[in-house]
Amino acid sequence: MTLATIVLKMGDGFGKTCAIFFLTLLFSLPLGMLVAMLRMSKNRVVATVTRLVISVLRGTPLMLQLLAVTYGPYYLFGLTVARNKLIPVVIAFAINYAAYFAEIYRGGIESMPVGQYEAAQVLGYTKTQTFLRIILPQVIKRILPSITNEVVTLVKDTSMAFTVSYQEMFTIGKQIANSQTSFVPFVVAGVFYYVFNLLVDFGMGRVEKRLNYYR
Amino acid sequence: MSRLLEINHCRKSFDGSEVLTDLSLCVESSQVLSIIGPSGSGKSTLLRCATLLETMDGGDLIYDGTYAARDMGGRAVYAPPAQLQKVRGMFGLVFQNFNLFPHYTVLKNIMEAPMLVQKRSRKEVEAEARALLDQMGLADKADAYPFQLSGGQQQRVSIARALAMNPKILFFDEPTSALDPELTGEILRVIRALAERKMTMVIVTHEMAFARDVSDWVVFMNGGVIIEQGPPAEVIDHPGQERTIQFLRRMREQ
Repeated sequence: MTLATIVLKMGDGFGKTCAIFFLTLLFSLPLGMLVAMLRMSKNRVVATVTRLVISVLRGTPLMLQLLAVTYGPYYLFGLTVARNKLIPVVIAFAINYAAYFAEIYRGGIESMPVGQYEAAQVLGYTKTQTFLRIILPQVIKRILPSITNEVVTLVKDTSMAFTVSYQEMFTIGKQIANSQTSFVPFVVAGVFYYVFNLLVDFGMGRVEKRLNYYR
Repeated sequence: MSRLLEINHCRKSFDGSEVLTDLSLCVESSQVLSIIGPSGSGKSTLLRCATLLETMDGGDLIYDGTYAARDMGGRAVYAPPAQLQKVRGMFGLVFQNFNLFPHYTVLKNIMEAPMLVQKRSRKEVEAEARALLDQMGLADKADAYPFQLSGGQQQRVSIARALAMNPKILFFDEPTSALDPELTGEILRVIRALAERKMTMVIVTHEMAFARDVSDWVVFMNGGVIIEQGPPAEVIDHPGQERTIQFLRRMREQ
């Protein structure tokens, strides 16, 4: 098998890699905010339960969570395994990444000086107005480097979908590597991820620059 | 003269230790009242209670006849949120650390609350904001961001931001304490100009010369109570209480 064939075959799975990547971000970024809110809830029970859930999600392998979400319904309830594995894969990724994003959001929100809240309160801003207009924009600027970190990790983590045989790029590469007894597909995969992450870095760098108009 | 602010029998504790003890205070319209006293005397807590940043444990808080809190059997019962919001519209607060919004330009810092909270038109608010900046000598800084300004300029912006809400009474919490000594003068000049225009103000300050010069009523606090109060000619120049004398002597020695 020539290099060109390998690249083309693996390229077929690239769309699915991108699907995992973008759908995970689409769901986990907002879900993370919700989880952060629950984590900071004044209700002790809600905050504690959320803290435990985050702890489990961060403390166990994503690979295990992928298996659990994909095959759990079968072993637990005898349901058939989803035909389109993208659904359980994205669910597992979104939940896992939401846990990490939640902690980043929380750190950012808690780092805001109390004076910002007080200034807004005295001026008559409602709590929602204060959060959306005063706090959140500043939090986003503060946490952007940490978010970039997670996004870069996510690019590489998409390869974990091979554990449930979802036909994304790395899964295909692994199959070729096995059948051809070749290491080349792994090198190709490495280049794919690296280029993808160069683009991520470039994009996030531009966003960071745009937010650099104030300090 | 009408009574703009009335605090009756205010009590406030933090973790069981009492910071304000049965404290009462009145501010009349057009009055400039300075609160002086050593650190830990409760001046800032009093200001925070008056501006609803802290809740009193007991006592009345009344703005121009509207109750923000009413003492019921020794406990302060606060008015419903809508009424508190109305009360917030009556006062402004200038913080020690300015607390400007760093992601907004100077102009937006001043304009957003009047438009968002008071629902006034952009055109009217912008004209007023620019006039205020002009008064503060910052007409050319409208599009600057707070980090581009000196501390004194930032504090003047925060005064303009408070004034844009057209408050009946303006509080200052040690407005010059975070500034280099050479920058305090510009803030004191602004406050003096406001006093000349009959703005009602309550100023917590360590600047004794300024307090004597600008205020028509001085309150000396220590240990959560008012030790003595009166015109500056009495409290600052001829204090009657031993603790006031000691405090003023120490301030002079610094």
